Amino acid sequence: MLNPDTVNIAYLIAAVLFMFGLKGLAHPRTAVRGNRMAALGMIFAIAATLLSGKFEWHYVVLGVAIGSVLGAVAAMKVKMTAMPEMVGLFNGFGGAASVLVAGSALVAAMQYVTSEGPDTQMKVATVATGIIGSVTFFGSYVAFGKLAEFLAVKWKLHLWQKVAKYGFSLIVAAGAVWFGVASFETAGVPESVGLILSGVLIGGLLLNKKDRFPGMNALKVVLSGVALILGVLVVLNPDNTMLFWVMVGAAGVVGVLLTFSIGGADMPVVIALLNSYSGLAAAATGFVINNNVLIISGSLVGASGIILTNIMCKAMNRSLANVLFGVMGPTSETPSADDVYGGKIKATSAEEIAMLFDGARHVVIVPGYGMAVAQAQHAVRDLANLLEQRGLTVDYAIHPVAGRMPGHMNVLLAEANVEYDRLREMDEINPSMSQMDVAIVIGANDVVNPVARTDPNSPIAGMPIIDVDKARTVVVIKRSLSPGFAGIPNPLFALDNTVMFFNDGKKAMLDIISAVKES
Amino acid sequence: MDGFVMILTVFVLAIFVGIEIITKVPPTLHTPLMSGSNAISGITIIGALVLAGQMDTSPLAQIMAFVAVIFAAINVVGGFLVTDRMLKMFKKKD
Repeated sequence: MLNPDTVNIAYLIAAVLFMFGLKGLAHPRTAVRGNRMAALGMIFAIAATLLSGKFEWHYVVLGVAIGSVLGAVAAMKVKMTAMPEMVGLFNGFGGAASVLVAGSALVAAMQYVTSEGPDTQMKVATVATGIIGSVTFFGSYVAFGKLAEFLAVKWKLHLWQKVAKYGFSLIVAAGAVWFGVASFETAGVPESVGLILSGVLIGGLLLNKKDRFPGMNALKVVLSGVALILGVLVVLNPDNTMLFWVMVGAAGVVGVLLTFSIGGADMPVVIALLNSYSGLAAAATGFVINNNVLIISGSLVGASGIILTNIMCKAMNRSLANVLFGVMGPTSETPSADDVYGGKIKATSAEEIAMLFDGARHVVIVPGYGMAVAQAQHAVRDLANLLEQRGLTVDYAIHPVAGRMPGHMNVLLAEANVEYDRLREMDEINPSMSQMDVAIVIGANDVVNPVARTDPNSPIAGMPIIDVDKARTVVVIKRSLSPGFAGIPNPLFALDNTVMFFNDGKKAMLDIISAVKES
Repeated sequence: MDGFVMILTVFVLAIFVGIEIITKVPPTLHTPLMSGSNAISGITIIGALVLAGQMDTSPLAQIMAFVAVIFAAINVVGGFLVTDRMLKMFKKKD
């Protein structure tokens, strides 16, 4: 058995390895090594923990084994296009783990009330962990469900989507009812009723087919208040563990409500925010069990998520409050699609696009979420390779909120073997946009909409965009003229130097490739 | 220094260190940053392990901690592996 000082030194080493690991992520060259250093730190911390005392091993071994197998299978099987769902889900597991550790610690601490019971720090930290962790868990489930397109949708679902949707709602509601009824006598009637109510509310809200309903924002505020009041009550009566679970339930409703109305281009903000919460929940757990390495790692993750949230909000020129509570959409002043597009749209063919490359020197490709949906990243890379063989230079311009999570496009293009130094940031490539001969927009819309610069009344006014309209010729690959997430028409499509290629992203690329080969 | 103030200090300083380190991560690596930092937040596993393995505790506390071990292990193993898989794709052709 290790003595406590040795264990704490091991924790310190683990924390340092985490920091070096994250530092490695400053460059793609050092990133693989960095991630492995962080993993080594984790092994260190776990080993030191297991050597620190006597254990009942069956729970420990079984839990680690089940979790590791599930995690490994998920990590190996997941498609790169599904990475936002995966990260969303994992945030949720982190939040749930924190809640359960805090709950378990509270129950365990109440067993030894012979001394003075849990101290104030532990009580307050338990409440904080319960609230943050529960918001993270339920919020992440909603984010996952919306990314996997089974929550808040009207269309028919696949079997697994039905299982995930109704199964989860049923488990939460039934679990709360069972637990509530079972502890009617021991825990008191108000607590039991509160738990049943919150569980049924969560289960019911999740079945909603629309992502907004009247009074939603008011409900968010009320339930946040309820969760906080319950938190104060838990601090005052720590022996009432049922009260803790009612608070977790109320916070869960808040988590559902906060994320339910968020979709599309706002997703990156929410995923980053939940990432931050999962870290803060871990840090709060550190305060519960008085553990430095939890606090340090949790704050690192919390800081990371906050920074990403900030970057995403700036990239949309919106405040976090506006993303969480506001409504994005056309206003009465938004010009109609007919006014913007009427008679000015030029549809083109793959052959005509191939001709554009004759005499061109520099091509820029601007990908958006549509490229991910069409799984077109490999075809995009093939076209770029072909053009490079013919002496053209091809760059990629990546908007910070393109896709459904921070860095989504970069991962997809890296998967397709695009060199990372070809992936240019918006601020880096915009000044040279006027020197681009051809700009190919594939599956992006709002992030290339020039009204962000020109119309101060537009819902996306002031949002930084990729200035493709300044390129000599713009090719937009899109299935139809349907609007993007902001719901507004895009005058880029009607510009003199723009041609539209109405097609599925992947098929369009393959057609262009064969047209270029033939020319 | 009293115990609480001590760990509060650690918390605040760690946030500053985190901000310094993370602002240097380029946008290209933001997805691996999220999945990797998510794996790090799986550090709750050590709290879960201690509580799940306690000899003389109530079954309720133990079962909750057991489920927490599973969740945290998914986070840790899945998070690091998927990050490794992603980062290996970021290459420069020679």
